[in-house]
Parts: sequence; structure tokens; C-alpha cells
Amino acid sequence: MATLCARFRLIVAATAILIFAVVALPATAQQPNAVNPTADAVKEQQLLQQFNRIQGLGQIPDTKSYVIEQPMGRVWRQFHEVWLHWIGSIAVLGMLALLILFYLIRGMVRIAPGRSGVKIVRFTAFERFMHWMTATCFIILGLTGLNITFGKDVLLPLMGPSAFSSWSRAAKYAHNFVSFPFTLGVILIFVVWLAGNIPNRVDIEWIKRGGGIVGHDHPPAYRFNAGQKAVYWIVVLGGTAVAVSGYMLIFPFYVTNIAGMQIAQAIHGVVALLFVAVMLAHIYIGTIGMEGAFEAMGEGTVDLNWAKEHHSLWLEEEGARTGPGEMLRQPAANHGFSVTDSNVSRS
Amino acid sequence: MARMKFLCDADRCIDCNACVTACKNENEVPWGINRRRVVTINDGKPGERSVSMACMHCTDAPCAAVCPVSCFYTTADGVVLHSKDLCIGCGYCFYACPFGAPQYPRVGNFGSRGKMDKCTYCAGGPEPDNTPLQYEKYGANRLSEGKLPLCAEMCSTKSLLAGDGDIIAQIYKDRVAQRGYGSGAWGWQTAYRETIET
Repeated sequence: MATLCARFRLIVAATAILIFAVVALPATAQQPNAVNPTADAVKEQQLLQQFNRIQGLGQIPDTKSYVIEQPMGRVWRQFHEVWLHWIGSIAVLGMLALLILFYLIRGMVRIAPGRSGVKIVRFTAFERFMHWMTATCFIILGLTGLNITFGKDVLLPLMGPSAFSSWSRAAKYAHNFVSFPFTLGVILIFVVWLAGNIPNRVDIEWIKRGGGIVGHDHPPAYRFNAGQKAVYWIVVLGGTAVAVSGYMLIFPFYVTNIAGMQIAQAIHGVVALLFVAVMLAHIYIGTIGMEGAFEAMGEGTVDLNWAKEHHSLWLEEEGARTGPGEMLRQPAANHGFSVTDSNVSRS
Repeated sequence: MARMKFLCDADRCIDCNACVTACKNENEVPWGINRRRVVTINDGKPGERSVSMACMHCTDAPCAAVCPVSCFYTTADGVVLHSKDLCIGCGYCFYACPFGAPQYPRVGNFGSRGKMDKCTYCAGGPEPDNTPLQYEKYGANRLSEGKLPLCAEMCSTKSLLAGDGDIIAQIYKDRVAQRGYGSGAWGWQTAYRETIET
């Protein structure tokens, strides 16, 4: 009995060893001789080529810090330090040079028959308020914006680091706060002057005849000629572009990530600089460029002869609406124009 | 003079965040700001790697180039520092930085940015070395005491290396040669325009 028991135990032990060996052998056989823990490892260069930036997961609450590399920053730097400086310098200085040259050649565009002494209302008080609010904001925004891009080249050497920083800090705050009334102004301009600024066939002829800028022609125009309509749409569309892109930068990470903010800044910078250049031309033609133009937005009235020369169809409309004698002190706003082909055929 | 650099050996980083904590404590960094952070790429997947990232103190630093008030300067050791007295908090250095290093405490209106804060390589700022004023604005100035940044000094696996660029590059090279693999010196190509040939 004892030998039977011992033999049984031997068989059990042998079986157990056999089973262990059978189970364990494939496991050891699967283990390769040389381990390569980086076979699947992420590689920096590969990630950068694939995604152009590297991000992962972190432990701190600041999720935007999970982007650890965005080499696009170097491209944005190239844009801001080189391309934007060129675009801005050429646009703004080029426009100034053109205007000076134009003034020297052409001089102030005079009212050919002279002033009639009769005044006609062109812009209401509200329209003028709207214009000057937007204009004041634009000048502040333009100067403080130019300071951010060109200040360190132009003003920093003159003012010294400490004074220049104080001025730039105030300029930054002004730029941020003044953006709100500016945006309101652009919206008001869009709504109030939309009716008069829909392009029509009169504009084509106005452009063909050089708008009176080239040569001494006076092509007919309604309340706003093609040039003024162009300024209107530049203000509305350009103003919208700078406002939207600007608010994306004032409120970082509310709307977009770092890549979106770089694009927003690029749009903001380029559009704003072109905007400044266009507004220089607008200021020129509204002041020293043309006799009798400034008073339209200054006092709200224009001389009858000025209106005859520059906005003949508008004058006819005003006359037809109010009668020749009554139109003198009637506000020109608060009524929509419906420009039809029958009007156009007169010209 | 040495050219100081950071190098994170991602094959050694165990995502313990000791560097983050060490930095915050040593420099008494303002609330909500992390000068250094650890980010795990492909978290939970095979081949995941953790990288500790802060300001890399770039050669020809983009932040310095785009600053509208020129408040950055590079020390003789190649460390990129800035003056909080001159900074206007415009956010441009953040757009330009390839490593997301500049951060701004939220002050006042909107998401309005305060004066930028970033890793100083434990080298203080423009104020006289080791003055309370310097400490309050920029944190510790270990470099002036002959010490390296605390994040790297405290790294338990010696994954994060700080010191002269040539020396830490050699250490990394030797490691890669010995163990037979390496996922690369993260950020070096972008920051220094060079890679470590291994």
C-alpha cells in the first residue's frame, strides 16, 4: 500500500512538471532575445511632419499648455517681423507719397462755377455723429495699432525703453477699449448708409469717366458715387474683418486655439494697414483734396453748386422730393433711395 | 561662456511631475501659471512618451524678435530673459513661441493679459542678482549661485537635463549608444536649429 501511494505521488508530480513545462515553454519561446522598447515609440520628427505641432495630455488644468511644440510660431514671426512691415510700409507710405504727388499735380479740386451761397443739407446730425465717432475711434486705433508694429523701430529709439513701454501699455488699453465704440460705429454706418451704397449702372459710367479724379469731368452720381461706395464697403467689410479678428485676440482661447490666433493676427494686421492707407485717401479727398467737401460732414450742408457738380442725380432727387425751394433745410437722411433703371437712363 | 540648454530624454521621463512642482515651489510662481509642464503623447497607447517642456531658451528667440517693446534680452549663458517692468502684456510672444512658454496672469477686463511670466532657467531677471525685488518678480536666481535649474536637478530619473548644451548633448548621445534607442532631443531642432546625431 505504501509503495502504491509513493508510486501515485510520483506519477502526479511527473504529470505536474510535464504540464508546467508544456504551458511555460511557449511563453519563454515568445520572449525575444533583444527587447526594443522604442519600436512603437512616438518620434518627434515624425509627429512634426504629420501634424505640424505636438500635443498630448497633461495633468494641470491649463489645457492649452498640452501643446508642447508649435513650430508655426516661427512662421508667424517671419510674417510679423518681415512681411507685415513691408506690406504696411508700402501701403501707408506709398499712399502718402501718391497723395502728395497727386496734390502737387492736381491741387484742390475747385467748385468750377464758384459757390452759389445756397446751402443744401447733406448729412443729418446723427449721421455726422456716427461718422465722427467712428473716425475718432479709427484714428486712435490706427495710431496705437501702428505703434504695436512700428513703434519699436520709430519711437523706441526716441523715447527710451521706459517711456516707450508706459506709452505702449496705455496704447494697448486704448486699443482694446476704443474697439467697442468703433465696432458700434461700423454697424451704424452699415445700417444707415446701406440704401445709398448698393452698386448700380451709374457707378460703371462714373468709373469709366474717371470719376472726376482723372481729368476734369463730372459724371452724374446719386447720393454716393462709386468712389464713396467703395469707401463704404471697405469700411463695412474691412471694419468687420478687423473687429472679428481683433476680438479673437482680446479674448484669447475663447473662440480659437493658438493656430487660429496666429491667423487672426495676420488678418488683423494686413487688413488694418490697408484700411489705414485707404482712409488716408479718404481724409485727403474730404479735406485739402476738394473744395466744399469737408463741410458736408463738418456742418452737414454743402453748396448747391458743389452738389450739382458731384451729385447731380441726388440733387434732382432731393428737388423732386421736396420742391426746389423747400429742400434747403431738409435733412437728406431718413428716406431710402430706390434706384431704378429709369433713373439711370437720364444720364 | 557656456550655452545653457534643456534636454528632455523622453525615454526616461516617468511623468512624475516633480519638475513642475519643484519649479512652482522654487520660484513661487503666481497662481495658475506653470513655467514647466509634463505632457504625455499617445497616452495609454503603445509607445507613449512623456515630455517635460518649458521655455527652451531658443537661439535667435522668436519671442524677443516679435516683442513690440523689446523687453527680452539674452544673457551671456544663452538664457532668454525679459523685463516685467517693460512688458505690456500684448500676447505676441505667446503667438511666436514654439513651446507655449509665455503665460499671462489674468488681470482686469476681458481675458486681459497681465505681465508675461515664463521660465527664467532659474536665472532671475534684470534686477540685481538675488535681491528680494528680483525674487518677487522672477523667482530664484540659482544660476548666479552656481546651481542649475531645480527642475532638472530634482529629476528622479535624470530624464530632464540642464547645463551646457555640448555637455548634455554628449550625455544623451552616450545614453542612446549604450541602450540602443532614443526618441530624440525634443524641441532641439525648433529651438536651436540642430539635432543630436546619435
